[in-house]
Amino acid sequence: MADIEILEILSPGILTSVQDLGRYGYGRYGVAPSGALDSFALRIANLLAGNRSDQACLEIMLLGPAIRALEDIVVAVTGGNLQPRRDKQPIAMWRSQILKKGDILSFSSPLSGFRAYVAVAGGISVPLVMGSRSTNLSSGFGGFQGRALEKNDILTSENRSQHVKTDTRVFNAAWIPVYPNNWSLRAIWGPQDDHFPDESRRSLLDATYKMTTDSDRTGIRLQGPVIRHKPDIQTSIISEGVIAGSVQIPGDGKPIIILGETVTGGYRKIATVISADLPLLGQIKPGDSVRFTVVSLEEARRALIGVEENIRRFEKSLI
Amino acid sequence: MGDRSLLVELGADISSSVNQRVQELFNVLDRHRFKGVLDLVPSYRSLLIIYDPLCISPDEIKTGINDIWKNPDQSRLPQSQTVKIPVVYGGDHGPDLKLVAQYHNLTPREVIGFHTSPSYRVYMIGFTPGYPYLGEVPDAIATPRRETPRILVPKGSVGIAQKQTGIYPVDSPGGWQIVGWTPVKLFDPHGQPPSHLVMGDRVQFYAITAQEVAQWQT
Repeated sequence: MADIEILEILSPGILTSVQDLGRYGYGRYGVAPSGALDSFALRIANLLAGNRSDQACLEIMLLGPAIRALEDIVVAVTGGNLQPRRDKQPIAMWRSQILKKGDILSFSSPLSGFRAYVAVAGGISVPLVMGSRSTNLSSGFGGFQGRALEKNDILTSENRSQHVKTDTRVFNAAWIPVYPNNWSLRAIWGPQDDHFPDESRRSLLDATYKMTTDSDRTGIRLQGPVIRHKPDIQTSIISEGVIAGSVQIPGDGKPIIILGETVTGGYRKIATVISADLPLLGQIKPGDSVRFTVVSLEEARRALIGVEENIRRFEKSLI
Repeated sequence: MGDRSLLVELGADISSSVNQRVQELFNVLDRHRFKGVLDLVPSYRSLLIIYDPLCISPDEIKTGINDIWKNPDQSRLPQSQTVKIPVVYGGDHGPDLKLVAQYHNLTPREVIGFHTSPSYRVYMIGFTPGYPYLGEVPDAIATPRRETPRILVPKGSVGIAQKQTGIYPVDSPGGWQIVGWTPVKLFDPHGQPPSHLVMGDRVQFYAITAQEVAQWQT
């Protein structure tokens, strides 16, 4: 079926890009996953719009774009509250909405969180590159022409919007995440926690860090008590694979939480944020405070099962 | 590492024998495709196995590896290929060639001689898409990274960092000493495979002049 033009970017915002759940299976070629930083919000947005949970959406950071609908379409906005409006009238998030041809969907600054997601019924059609539609911004491939969206870009979709006839899909209010200004992230020690003395490990758990403004999609940089590694070892290690959530300690001792744009690295990782809390990383904004707590593998598993159970129950309620 | 990856360490140092074991384990797991394993990231001395924790447990992966590992045939490696890479050394293409020469009290020509003499092993692909970590550079030209990394190293730049040498496949920041530049395309997101080099390949550099570049540019 031919794609139809559905959205026109009138102004792009600070960083608006096409993302799905990421590009896995290409780590051997040095290709990082990319993908939605808040995967939970992306999955729910898709389900609300009548899509599979893994389809491509718009990820909007900090200051939102203005987007004109070129057809009657069903959309859903989730994630951080960037004050979405339809023709200047505020619209509710976490539910499906209809945009009429010519309507303008616009966003401003966040009331909570950092990134909003816009799903469109039928998904956003960009070519699959290595199995994913996510934009790899640093290397310039995937997504929409390998780059962030710009003014006058036209996005297309497979014409499946007619399958969702109403705007009645609503996410259970009790399951909508709360995005605070002070975050508590659950992590598991390692893989190199034994390269740090006890006082450094204690310091990581006792301290309150602040996310700095030089953070980006590669990592959340934290300001706060410096984490020293043991004195008898070098600053860097032999490069090895890393994953999103790795809490890396470079030479200056300032922690960086790695996000999805890195595949290997040569710094020590003192801890790793658990899978259930990974979507939160996409919603922490510069200036927010961050604390770490350490949990067991079993607690991490239970937390993840809890999150996935809610998504599954919501998915079932739609059928 | 965390609740969704296993970091399997197969040695403590950079050596071709350790790296070969990483490659063996990588090949075995790649062939067996455990359900729930999402990605494999081989590096100098370890293999990172990324999995869906609700699909497979770390213990199941460990048991699976041990079962396969018992069968020695499984770990046989494919024949490694040698890839020849033309490099324009020095000048604008290799702004740090003179510095590397001075550091070692050599002439630029001698540095080129040393750099083109070994057949390097591709230890891993990482850092950016298609970036090959090659080793080992002769001691005579092993040079520390630049104190201040460059904000932009052009795609194709050939660099040295201690006993490693590598090629920047895409424009990126970087701190390696840039001695030359190659017109060979190392990464193509639409290629099969997307990376020109893979772990275990051998790389042989040879010097070309700036005038000869045209024949590699298609």
